[in-house]
Amino acid sequence: MTPTVYHYLVLSAILFSMGTIGVLTRRNAIVIFMCIELMLNAVNLSFISLSSHLGNLDGQIFVFFVMAVAAAEAAVGLALMITFFRNRESIEVDDINLLKW
Amino acid sequence: MYSYDYLWLIPFFPLIGAIINGLLGKKIKNEKVIGGLGTLAIASSFAVSCTYFFQLLKDTEKVHQQVIASWMSVGQLQVDWGFLLDPLSALMIMVVTGVGSLIHLYSIGYMHGEEGFYRFFSYLNLFCFSMLMLVLGNNALVMFIGWEGVGLCSYLLIGYYFHKKSAGDAAKKAFVVNRVGDFGFLVGLFILFWSLGSHGVWTLNFVEIGENAHLLGPGSLVVTLITLCFFLGATGKSAQIPLYTWLPDAMEGPTPVSALIHAATMVTAGVYMIGRMNVLFSMAPSTMMVIAIIGAATAVFAATIGFAQNDIKRVLAYSTVSQLGYMFLAMGVGAFTAGIFHLMTHAFFKACLFLGSGSVIHAMHHGLHHAHSHDDPQDMRNMGGLAKKMKVTYWTFLFSTLAISGFPLLSGFFSKDEILWWSFGSTRGSWVLWLCAALAAGMTAFYMFRCVSLTFWGEQRTTAKARDHIHESPWVITVPLVVLAFLAVFGGFVGVPAIMGGANHIHHYFEPVFGHAQETYGIAIKAALHSSHGLEIGLLVGSVLIGFTGIGLAIFMYLKRPDLPGKFVAAFGGLHRTVFNKWYVDEIYDALFINPTKRLGTFLWKGFDVKVVDGIVNGVGKIVFACSRGMRITQSGLVHNYAMTMVVGMVVIVAFFVFK
Repeated sequence: MTPTVYHYLVLSAILFSMGTIGVLTRRNAIVIFMCIELMLNAVNLSFISLSSHLGNLDGQIFVFFVMAVAAAEAAVGLALMITFFRNRESIEVDDINLLKW
Repeated sequence: MYSYDYLWLIPFFPLIGAIINGLLGKKIKNEKVIGGLGTLAIASSFAVSCTYFFQLLKDTEKVHQQVIASWMSVGQLQVDWGFLLDPLSALMIMVVTGVGSLIHLYSIGYMHGEEGFYRFFSYLNLFCFSMLMLVLGNNALVMFIGWEGVGLCSYLLIGYYFHKKSAGDAAKKAFVVNRVGDFGFLVGLFILFWSLGSHGVWTLNFVEIGENAHLLGPGSLVVTLITLCFFLGATGKSAQIPLYTWLPDAMEGPTPVSALIHAATMVTAGVYMIGRMNVLFSMAPSTMMVIAIIGAATAVFAATIGFAQNDIKRVLAYSTVSQLGYMFLAMGVGAFTAGIFHLMTHAFFKACLFLGSGSVIHAMHHGLHHAHSHDDPQDMRNMGGLAKKMKVTYWTFLFSTLAISGFPLLSGFFSKDEILWWSFGSTRGSWVLWLCAALAAGMTAFYMFRCVSLTFWGEQRTTAKARDHIHESPWVITVPLVVLAFLAVFGGFVGVPAIMGGANHIHHYFEPVFGHAQETYGIAIKAALHSSHGLEIGLLVGSVLIGFTGIGLAIFMYLKRPDLPGKFVAAFGGLHRTVFNKWYVDEIYDALFINPTKRLGTFLWKGFDVKVVDGIVNGVGKIVFACSRGMRITQSGLVHNYAMTMVVGMVVIVAFFVFK
């Protein structure tokens, strides 16, 4: 049985859900960060599979953009986390609560 | 034929004087320069006025207008900065600048050493400017500027000693009471403007109003309404019942101010205004009846208060109110000429009386000051026997008093007699009005001679120490007194009635102004009385006798039997108290108008503003605060909560679009 586009889309949905659950449940900022990357890549997967299925290159070009944004996001996000860690000696998101009421 | 191109100079000079003294006076400091400049400004106006006055006498064309610039031009309405010279305004500018010049000169001596000397002269010049705008304006709006300007200057000058609370209060009272009258003036103007406009004549120009007034219909409701509104304005400015209460209080101002503004010129603005609008007033017999009745009532009523006052300036103030009542009576019975004639003679003798009282106060103040006495220098009970000390002041004061009392052949006699004759014999007069006027004449003679007796005759009631320091005033004070007394004695000869073999010049002089309206609307001496010279002479002799009775009674009571007034007071204590307290009119006004207004104000402040207005503003704030207090707990600071909210939100949105 050769995998069809549906298989890829289902895999993408599963990966996306795993990422979402990770973001919502984990406290460690780096783990949350990795989960976000997982969600992005799940989206990339669905782009590529649909691009291949429809014979249209647009989706694949879009993936390059997503990866570029993800790289930038990783750089900025990690820098923020390092600064935060220097101030608080912690990387738990529950400690980032200065702006609450 | 003759040119009147420099008419604008007449108000221009005092304006320049006011500006220079007002802006630079503080730096100039030298009283002679400041006073000289102020006097020169108004004297220059007087010179120009004289030129034009005598030119107008020779001229055959009696009405001249000069337009300086256009003020506003809206549709068919054209309002100019324009001046109007006719016999009426020519006489008025003569009185304003002539008496004004003398009073400016007098003020140099009287105000010597006062703080704010330059301020005084600046205000005085500004007043003259406003008054000249009032009388010279060729349309109602320019007149209104002058009307408000003199009110402002009156306020400033009454409150000249503003560090005294009573002076500040009097100034405010004058301003507020005048405001009531000004309201009437404005409303009258609006109605006149619209009702003439509805006949296609959009104008505020006096000459055009006079030419087109007949369109409104003689005796119609709208004319009555307009003239009543104007008359309300006149009662405010000219201190008639019911708005006269501010004038006696205005005596808080320096005495030259009382003489110039509150006796000779500003308070006659109402009379002048009626004269200026004589066509309208002639068309409204009911209004004229109201004016005559109010005038007669004021003349008698104010005279009664004059009986019991002890402050020399207050006596003169009530006398002014009473004499103004006389003028309004004249206007009300259609004797416009007589009213303006009395305005002129009154300006002479009343200015002289006020300046004389100022000279007395000046001397008394000096004497009491040296004696370290704290007696009131204006209280006649502290005076007495000043005739020997102050000869010039005494003689001028006496002649003016004789003039105001209607002593035969003095100026007041002719003008009063003219008013009395018209109030009896005019087609709009009645014997009741004559009786009131004659009664007021007797009362005037009485309280004026009471004033002379207490001030100049009898024993000196000051201490010996003060007495040594009472002396005659300097020449700048006595010269105006002498000139005014001369005018008060001889000023009446311009209007000697025909019955006494005179030519009655002033009657012919005013013919171009008043003749047309009087002829058109049938205002004249009743036809039945034309030939009854006996009656006219009889009334004349009667009024003279009433005047002499007043004089004799006053001399008897206050000179021959000084114990009588005390006995009278003891016998009629209640009546005396009522009259002494001015019939409690101020108290009645307090109870009827002022206190309810204050209560309304307090209610609006504490009830409406604090509770309702502030309540709404603060209530909005409180509601927003309460809402946001509920909402803000969602901002927990927990990243998971925010993320969860986002996810749920997105799921809902996606679900909406997928399953809709």
